[in-house]
Amino acid sequence: MLDLAFDTPTPKVIAGAKHDWELVIGMEVHAQVASKAKLFSGASTQFGAEPNSNVAFVDAGMPGMLPVINEGCVALAVKTGLGLKAQINLMSAFDRKNYFYPDLPQGYQISQLYHPIVGEGEVIVDMAPGIARRVRIERIHLEQDAGKSIHDMDPAMSFVDLNRTGVALMEIVSRPDIRGPEEAAAYVTKLRQILRYLGTCDGNMQNGNLRADVNVSVCHPGDYERYQETQDFGHLGTRCEIKNMNSLRFIQQAIDYEARRQIAILEDGGSVVQETRLYDPDKNETRSMRSKEEAHDYRYFPCPDLLPLEIEQAWVDDIAASLPELPDAKKARFVRDFGLSEYDASVLTAEVEAAAYFEIVADGRDGKQAANWVINDLFGRLKKDGDRHITESPVSPAQLGGILDLIAAGDISGKIAKDLFEIVYTEGGDPARIVADRGMKQVTDTGAIEAAVDKVIAENPAQVEKAQANPKLAGWFVGQVMKATGGKANPKAVNDLVAAKLGL
Amino acid sequence: MSIDTATAAKVAKLARIRVEDDALPALAAEFNTILGFIEQLGEVDVEGVEPMTGVTPIRLKRRDDVVTDGNQQAAVLSNAPDAREGFFAVPKVVE
Repeated sequence: MLDLAFDTPTPKVIAGAKHDWELVIGMEVHAQVASKAKLFSGASTQFGAEPNSNVAFVDAGMPGMLPVINEGCVALAVKTGLGLKAQINLMSAFDRKNYFYPDLPQGYQISQLYHPIVGEGEVIVDMAPGIARRVRIERIHLEQDAGKSIHDMDPAMSFVDLNRTGVALMEIVSRPDIRGPEEAAAYVTKLRQILRYLGTCDGNMQNGNLRADVNVSVCHPGDYERYQETQDFGHLGTRCEIKNMNSLRFIQQAIDYEARRQIAILEDGGSVVQETRLYDPDKNETRSMRSKEEAHDYRYFPCPDLLPLEIEQAWVDDIAASLPELPDAKKARFVRDFGLSEYDASVLTAEVEAAAYFEIVADGRDGKQAANWVINDLFGRLKKDGDRHITESPVSPAQLGGILDLIAAGDISGKIAKDLFEIVYTEGGDPARIVADRGMKQVTDTGAIEAAVDKVIAENPAQVEKAQANPKLAGWFVGQVMKATGGKANPKAVNDLVAAKLGL
Repeated sequence: MSIDTATAAKVAKLARIRVEDDALPALAAEFNTILGFIEQLGEVDVEGVEPMTGVTPIRLKRRDDVVTDGNQQAAVLSNAPDAREGFFAVPKVVE
């Protein structure tokens, strides 16, 4: 495994009336498992289906129905654990978390409180080139999602859709190692990136495939270091949990608001009450979910419908052997093998499809040049084109590689290459053929260039005088020659000839 | 362990079972009898004994990740007291 060295970022500090405050944040991310069927039934997980059409009788909590575990979901959870360098527990078990809500027809959620399938792991959260936070993962467990309630279709009624009921979630629980709103957003971003590389969760936050509960507390500078030394939570402040956020922006705003709320209480001589809160993006505030408090007595007990889940080491090893190259390793390899800056390598590895695209373009070519073209020209063009995804790029990696080959061969200048790229982007076609068919080939024939230079000099005696007095003005002649040749003259050859002819 | 009437009332509330106040003392007493019986298990020395999770050596049954069920909206909704436009309709619940 190849890794880049990094330094730890400084924690976010909020200035108080008497002294500074620091933030301590732990997150529980619910990631929907990218399976076809649900965790304990054969109903589809497809998003956006007709209400209550992806529902088996197990999901609807019908009497006498028994859950049967989907082995594919187990494999994806194990794969996720391996991707987070985590301990895989060969024996795990399911528990019932009991509560009543209309979108939970069983009256309980099947989860893994006592024996989760994945134990301790880690995520390296990149903040800037060379700066990253190592966030420890406490556990990942498998559990069922609840259904969806819609409250705005009728003034007196709530409408319930059970399509999501029973879909497999991985709850990924971090240690309180995150030290600011930006780090929290970066943590979710990195987690999402790893899950997408692994193919275990599609990470679509808008569809609710990735949602986060955020635990926030504040402490005095120095307290957190004492906690890290002793692992004693007594050194940290009382935390509040902000539930169910599916936007990076809201996560940051909610943490910032919540930290300031807690600081105001503490500086006023009060104490923070441990509770569950909800973020309201319209008002930019968090507020207490008092109704949750009493219901918090979930009366967990082992699910009597399911035997413990035992998996074999050989099966885990097979999954480990199938792991793709992960973002950290890919980034380090891009830096080492292609000579890229860490920043460029980060940009290119942010999405696995973009990284794959780049590798095809860079294969056998100048890596830095390939990176510049992919990042600046291709990404820039896609962004301008309604923020299209790399997978929808009209220019294939082979076509972009073809353009780079034409530059390398001296057939086109960098400037013509940009025009050529635009033609390939909008019209398609083989770059070499386009260059040949449209006469875009760079003129390296010095005879032809010399004729053009002579012509411009002969027609502009006044400019010649000026340039001879001030050699900086020779650029004007170069520009005129480039214009006369339709930009096809080799710029270096033009430069040299203009200088020679003007006697500079 | 001793269950008082307040705890009995709380358990009833969590289970959404209505119990009249005058029935709570008897219910609490029943809980205590059951828990007292179970507490006898605590007297057994289980030092070094693996927890038993079943009485037969069977492995948890698994299914493949294949869609085999669903598309039965009418059947799923058929027992609902109220259903509209494909949804279960329930008295408004808003957080």
